[in-house]
Amino acid sequence: MSAVPDFASPGVDGAADERAARPSPLAALRGLGLGRLLMLGGALLVVGAANAAIGYVIVDGRLEGEWYDLRDLGLAVGRLRTELDAEFDPAVSYWVTAILGAAGILVFIGGVLLLGSWIERRLLARFQIRRGPNRVGPFGLLQPLADAIKLMQKEVLMPRGADRLLYVIPPLAVFIPAVLAWGPVPWAPNMTYLDINVGVLYVIAVSSLGVLALFMAGWASNNHYALLGAMRTVAMMVSYEIPISLALLSVVLMTGTLQLSEIVAWQEEHRLWLGLLLPVALVTFFFSSTAEINRTPNDIAEAESEIVAGYHTEYSGMKAGLFMAVELGNAVVVGALVATLFLGGWSLFGLETWVPPYLVLGAKTGAIYFVLVWLRGTLPRFRLDQLMAFAWKFLIPISIANVAVVAVEASIFARLDVAAIVPLAAFTAINLALAAAVVRFALPASGGPRGAPPALRRPVLTTAVGGLRAAQRMRVSP
Amino acid sequence: MTGEVATGEVQPGVGEPYILNIGPQHPSTHGVFRLRVAMDGERIVDMDMIVGYLHRSMEKLAEERTYTQNIPFTDRADYLAAMSGNLGLCLAAERLAGVEVPGRATVLRVIFAELQRIASHAMGNGTLVSDAGAWQTPLLYMFRERERILDLFEMTCGARLTTNYMRIGGVAFDPPPEFFPKLESLLDDLPARVDEYADLLVDNEIFLARTRGVGVISAADAINGSLTGPQLRGSGVPWDLRKAEPYCGYDRYDFEIPVGRQGDVYDRFMVRMEEVRQSTRIIRQALAALPGGPHKTEVPLALRPEPGEVYGRVEGPRGEVGFYLVSDGGPAPYRFHLRAPSLINLSLLKKLAVGASLPDAVVTLGSLDIVVGEIDR
Amino acid sequence: MPMGPRQLAGERVAEALNAALPGAVVEVHAEWVVVARERLVEALTWLRDSEELDAAQLSDLCAVDYHAHFEVVYHLQSLDLNHQIVVKTRTASRDDASVPSACSVYQGALLQEREAYDLMGVLFEGHPDLRRLFLWEGYPGHPLRKDFLQVQGHHPGLPSFPFEQPGVQAR
Repeated sequence: MSAVPDFASPGVDGAADERAARPSPLAALRGLGLGRLLMLGGALLVVGAANAAIGYVIVDGRLEGEWYDLRDLGLAVGRLRTELDAEFDPAVSYWVTAILGAAGILVFIGGVLLLGSWIERRLLARFQIRRGPNRVGPFGLLQPLADAIKLMQKEVLMPRGADRLLYVIPPLAVFIPAVLAWGPVPWAPNMTYLDINVGVLYVIAVSSLGVLALFMAGWASNNHYALLGAMRTVAMMVSYEIPISLALLSVVLMTGTLQLSEIVAWQEEHRLWLGLLLPVALVTFFFSSTAEINRTPNDIAEAESEIVAGYHTEYSGMKAGLFMAVELGNAVVVGALVATLFLGGWSLFGLETWVPPYLVLGAKTGAIYFVLVWLRGTLPRFRLDQLMAFAWKFLIPISIANVAVVAVEASIFARLDVAAIVPLAAFTAINLALAAAVVRFALPASGGPRGAPPALRRPVLTTAVGGLRAAQRMRVSP
Repeated sequence: MTGEVATGEVQPGVGEPYILNIGPQHPSTHGVFRLRVAMDGERIVDMDMIVGYLHRSMEKLAEERTYTQNIPFTDRADYLAAMSGNLGLCLAAERLAGVEVPGRATVLRVIFAELQRIASHAMGNGTLVSDAGAWQTPLLYMFRERERILDLFEMTCGARLTTNYMRIGGVAFDPPPEFFPKLESLLDDLPARVDEYADLLVDNEIFLARTRGVGVISAADAINGSLTGPQLRGSGVPWDLRKAEPYCGYDRYDFEIPVGRQGDVYDRFMVRMEEVRQSTRIIRQALAALPGGPHKTEVPLALRPEPGEVYGRVEGPRGEVGFYLVSDGGPAPYRFHLRAPSLINLSLLKKLAVGASLPDAVVTLGSLDIVVGEIDR
Repeated sequence: MPMGPRQLAGERVAEALNAALPGAVVEVHAEWVVVARERLVEALTWLRDSEELDAAQLSDLCAVDYHAHFEVVYHLQSLDLNHQIVVKTRTASRDDASVPSACSVYQGALLQEREAYDLMGVLFEGHPDLRRLFLWEGYPGHPLRKDFLQVQGHHPGLPSFPFEQPGVQAR
């Protein structure tokens, strides 16, 4: 091929044809159908081999606790701190590590947003028998980037009559809690950015902040759809904060600490996930979180088919993009919190010594995020009053009862002087049975006549035509 | 658009109503359809329907075109059920002019009308579930079958949406040979697919919560409000023109009419679901009974029926598609009136919506399965 | 022959109507009956409620311009007895284009009467909300009238095709 392409000659097309005719070995592998599986297996092999090498070194004892142990970035930061402390004022090392950590979290969130939106769109496409974005970059991976650039280039319109200041603040204000919520999440034994001893309280406080920005957005837009969305958001947040707090309270009662890293450590120590021990708390927390972050089936605050886009109806360009990014980011935060609080965090029954623990946490977060996307691709939406009734009439009483049960169990656990495994196993069995009983007997069945068998919901089949009289006859004897 | 819009009175103890403008560009109005709603919180206290954004004065245009030239208009009225519109006009004009239709054409008409019914119901039910908040998934599932049906249309008459397939005295083209195996394979798949949708949706607790007991129309109201089609049958009235006034030899086919039990949104959904199954049955029988022979008779291009009038009607996917034609002996109808089921099914909308909450009203509107091209004509 | 397969003969309807409401029917045709404008609501109510004719549903309503007057056509049907009845009524003249509204008898007339008013300019007295349906308030004229937009030398309708005249080839 010549260096200068000759655009006038058909040779360019010919070259393209030639390329298409001789597929690359990789493409040929993909074409085999099994190719993807092979590629995935190969990638896993590489990662596994790398980790085995690291593990060998660890088992050999040469790496234990060293700053270059990649499985725990906290060690490297600790080393940096001690070295800085030796030469400078302690404030310097504090600021340096704080800024480094914050930058790390921001970079991580940026990556999560870009990758997350790609994953969500691809997954949704698969649920909907479509292909999803596959044009920009390999497998369409650069599509989120292209979208972000497009959004940034768009004109940002402000509706006439909008409150100018309050209109500008929310897209930024809504972003802050989404970032802050990552603070106390423990990534590895020594790798927590904000390892405060009131972590659970902090999470509750920060997650409630978002509603202020959303209400501001709805109010300032001077649009009835936005206002409806804002009112729905507030109603929902106020209602669902309570079950969330009660679910977290039962976790705190059981573990006896508010510190997230301690909660993970408790789960690792007892080799038991709190989600198994406290199934009601897990389900309550997860369901309430979907309401809090506007995900299906509780996305009534931005119900597309009813109120267009809810509180961000009037936002355009990157401002709307920020709202959408935060929505996605919140979903990932919920994934991380559920993984941390209920699914053992970075621990995975010993595997975390072989695989970097932050990858374990990432995998668990991804699994929860997958469930959220799955729900979005599957379920219709509740109505506002149904959702409120579910919170106040069902979730809150059940959560209070659950807290009472857990309080009793926790006090027994603290007083009993036997191996921890015995009471914990008993509690797990009791709580799972209670949860099953709740689902079986107390869950409110909706949809018309309670317990109407499916056969009675099917239409009647007839061959005789008629009018009102025929209808009445059929109603009498279906 | 129109002059005054009812705003709703301020009542003591109730908040001041505010106006919400739904449409003409809104995700759940299915086209350029507009509602002005006076709301008190989430509750609708008054409603006004504003249509006409798609008005093309079809009936006036039709007065200056021959009967055959008017067939394309019927495609564009109900663009989701072009075949039914075609069939309605052709039957009415044939009765007016006394044209005989060959047997093969009659059976082909049945096949295409029923295929169109399946495609239209797939669309109607899919958008209904989307209105209930399932983000596009049911719609795209149901598009699978609709896509195959539109492929069949395309291979027969070259068009997918506005088919313009039927002619006075028959149909425009005989289906190509490859049509029949594709139709067979579609018919083989359809019942299983309908079962799959039933598995996914009809027992879904959230879907039940959103549709059971919502938008209930009593049988008496449905009859008095001129509702037809699945909307009428959902209310428990066993009325289907294919049985009541069998055209195109529908009395020869063995099928049943599904009838709802409560008249709510769910029943209308289920009736459409069941009608897809019944349509499959009809197509199978029609395929078995498809005779040979010509697919149309020669009819003068400028048909001049005797002076008189006719009201021809067929059972479209949305209800009774009626054509009222008045002839003065000329080549064009003196008066051409299309009874649009989409418009007339909306007669009860205000009654249903006032007092309901916004999400319920959206789902109810979705269950009435409107096509704006037909409302506005 | 253009009569619908399940349509009742006009004479039969007229007979029943005359027995119940003498003087309501002003003209009888093989396919339809013409009801006096003043007694329309009465006649429709009787048809709806009668056991014998049971016209429970207003299937279709439309107006036709006959130059001297407008005719409003009601296609009624009985679902239980499975038959169709065609009832017509006429406005007094072109200028006095009004008929009583059938809304009080059939809710299904609500939008159809608005449509007929919008496009044909027939006033339905007693309609609860008689506004234009498709066109906007203030639109000049009613498009379906035969005298709408009369251009010099152009007559509404399609009198003949060019190729129907001798010497002109059909394309």
